[in-house]
Amino acid sequence: MAQEPILSMRNISKSFPGVQALDNVNLTVYKSEIHAIVGENGAGKSTLMKVLSGVYPYGQYEGEIHFEGKLQRFEDIRDSEAQGIIIIHQELALVPMLSIAENIFLGHELAKAGIIDWHTAYVRAQELLNRVGLKELPSAIVGRLGIGKQQLVEIAKALAKRVRLLILDEPTASLNETDSEALLRLLLELKAHDITCILISHKLNEVMQVADRITILRDGTTIETLNCAETLVKEDHIIRGMVGRDIQHRYPQRRPKIGEVIFEVRNWRVYHEQYVDYEVIKGVSFNVRRGEIVGIAGLMGSGRTELAMSLFGHAYGRRINGQVFIDGREVNVSTIGDAIRHGLAYVTEDRKGWGLILEQEIRKNVTLANLPKVSQRGVIDENSEAKVAQGFRESLRIRCSSIEQFVVNLSGGNQQKVLLSKWLFTQPSLLILDEPTRGIDVGAKYDIYTIIDGLAAEGKGILLISSEMPELLGMCDRIYVMSEGQFVAELPRSEASQERIMHAIVSSVQS
Amino acid sequence: MKISTLRNNLRDYGLLISLIVIIGFFQIVTNGILLQPLNLTNLILQNSYIVVMALGMLLVIVAGHIDLSVGAASGFIGGLAAILMVHYEWSVTLTIIVALLVGMLIGAIQGWFVAYARIPSFIVTLAGMLVFKGSALALLQGQSIGPFPLAFQSISTGFLPDPFGGKDIRVFSLIIGVVLAGIFVGIDWHQRFKAQMHGLNKEPTALFAVRNFLFAAIIIYLAWQLSTYKGLPTVLILMGVLILFYQFIAGRTVIGRRIYALGGNEKAARLSGIDTSRLIFLTFANMGLLAAVAGIIFAARLNTATPKAGNGFELDVIAACFIGGASASGGVGRVIGAVIGAFIMGVMNNGMSILGIGIDYQQVIKGLVLLAAVFFDVYNRNRSQFG
Repeated sequence: MAQEPILSMRNISKSFPGVQALDNVNLTVYKSEIHAIVGENGAGKSTLMKVLSGVYPYGQYEGEIHFEGKLQRFEDIRDSEAQGIIIIHQELALVPMLSIAENIFLGHELAKAGIIDWHTAYVRAQELLNRVGLKELPSAIVGRLGIGKQQLVEIAKALAKRVRLLILDEPTASLNETDSEALLRLLLELKAHDITCILISHKLNEVMQVADRITILRDGTTIETLNCAETLVKEDHIIRGMVGRDIQHRYPQRRPKIGEVIFEVRNWRVYHEQYVDYEVIKGVSFNVRRGEIVGIAGLMGSGRTELAMSLFGHAYGRRINGQVFIDGREVNVSTIGDAIRHGLAYVTEDRKGWGLILEQEIRKNVTLANLPKVSQRGVIDENSEAKVAQGFRESLRIRCSSIEQFVVNLSGGNQQKVLLSKWLFTQPSLLILDEPTRGIDVGAKYDIYTIIDGLAAEGKGILLISSEMPELLGMCDRIYVMSEGQFVAELPRSEASQERIMHAIVSSVQS
Repeated sequence: MKISTLRNNLRDYGLLISLIVIIGFFQIVTNGILLQPLNLTNLILQNSYIVVMALGMLLVIVAGHIDLSVGAASGFIGGLAAILMVHYEWSVTLTIIVALLVGMLIGAIQGWFVAYARIPSFIVTLAGMLVFKGSALALLQGQSIGPFPLAFQSISTGFLPDPFGGKDIRVFSLIIGVVLAGIFVGIDWHQRFKAQMHGLNKEPTALFAVRNFLFAAIIIYLAWQLSTYKGLPTVLILMGVLILFYQFIAGRTVIGRRIYALGGNEKAARLSGIDTSRLIFLTFANMGLLAAVAGIIFAARLNTATPKAGNGFELDVIAACFIGGASASGGVGRVIGAVIGAFIMGVMNNGMSILGIGIDYQQVIKGLVLLAAVFFDVYNRNRSQFG
């Protein structure tokens, strides 16, 4: 194989307020190879690809990008696409209501004077579909295809754009085995046709199956690049590279006082909201004890949020069944009102979308889930409401000019505290926290950890969902590992480690 | 610091100031006709049904929806009331009760389609508009029906009786005006006091004093003007009670707060355990009820029900809400804003008619005022967010 670099990213650094996302990353990709990039959530993979594709334009990062021998200064995605760098995101960018052909040529329609030549478009689309091995008509509506087929449409779309370097971000995360196999075979075929490919994936078995070289990222730095042709690469080696770091003292010292089981779920099953036959949660059983912080580890798309939201008054999913026990008694939590009444609270991972009313005051956000508590016969007592909000402002140390400030103007950490206040005001016995520290700075993180620890000490049960493994290891008394809609391991604090969690995930997706 | 407080407070009262400026402008260019007792009374009567519907529309818009059917619905209810009273000779009380119930039913049916069948309100109420327009035509068979019993007419043409038997001036009406001004100042003073106790007060004392003085003076002046004609119109009292009631619902009650939450972020409201569908249903049912009230007032005022009654009312009502600062994306808007918005439209209608401006240019000007009002609102909001 010709060892001539097609892409070389040199000393790339990129920082966000409070976070160094990339720190002197070097990446060299050779012509027509499949180059895998592996790393934990938050290791910097996506940021690196956004730098490469021009989402972060030249000038917003340090370092140089050389592509096909030339220094590149991409201003936006169109610039990088013009050079043949095409990225396919995990969240597919297809328009579900349009046909395959319309999607393939979206944005660069085969048109003369603004009039589309549909005949040519359909013929070309058919050629591309043949190339990616998708047996569907170009006129088929994309939304009716399965996720695997949609993925192939995305690749066909990339091929239509004279692709030189194809970047796939977790392409098989939501695919079943047969579809994944087909996709990987396609990558090998494209490689034979001189298309270089960067593959970002958590599925190490797949990576090792197709990759020529593997680069490991951790905490925004390059750990090493392994050449699969030269040495026999072992999975353990990669995992150690991905997670090998000590947990520093970023978590409060916990002295758990664990009581009896207050929350138990048996054989919980949930189907996808749109794809009717797709089972998202496949028979999960677990429990949480009083005063215990229980973690759920897993990769993005493993079903953690879907599990939490379906438990919280069926806020997600269809055809939900299974049993929920609170304090040993089976309860019905089929509406959110029921769930709240039975002492459940769910702090969403999506603060802005599902959590807060941004254009309203802190005061109003805090009391929203329990308005009857501050009202009499349906009339709100604004004074007692203000007292409640003021109390949370002080106890959770929400930094704001007053409780009348709109939450949209608060920092991420303080917004998170407002959201926590809202749910604490419902006086729950079980608090489900979904990525409670996502996108907030280190200092505010410590505050949140302290609050969580305090709640457990009060005797509440805590279910903590997090993509940051150090956070789970630092906070939890017990960790369930979730993968593809199932719990694949249960690790007590003493046995939990990043390697064991990763192993549990990796071995589950292989079998 | 001081300038920014002033600017914030000005933004709060900007709408009211616009109304006063517009009134002042027309008062001058009409040589004082605008605020003459007779015309002032007419102004109130002409706008009462728009104001009443704007109260319901504001809640609908805050909830993130729209109701295009209110004009047609109010016309249909007016026609229904006429048939019941004139053809079937039902009593006035029974007619009113049935008319209100039918109005609520109309709103509830449309609300069901919006809230539970999840059909966009624009479509449901557009369909409703056609249905009720057509139904009114069918019901009246293209004819005007009237006149009505005196008791029914007096809803719109009645005035507050004067037990003191004043000749040139209705003393009782004037007293009510003065008492109202006193209550207004008292409430405001009480709220300021409470806010101060909780350390929430930010308004400078001078501004507070000036504002209260101005408001009290305006209320008393208007009461004086009306008293020298026939006194306070019954409709004004009905309207005032409704305004206070909805102001209270929107500002102080759990259900009001939840409507704002629903419009601000429906997903977050739902995840907070709020039954958002039921809430949407209720806001539409309430809108139907108020459309019925407006239909009754309008029919009583004309003393006849015509197939054309209610045509285009929805546009004035919706415009009033948006001029009054409601956001088309929901979650934002004030009852008092919608009321002021309705009067801005009303004063312009009335003033331009006195000036003899044709209906053609009147519409052009009203359209431009609506656009300008919303433009400045959006512009101000963006500036305060990013600047």
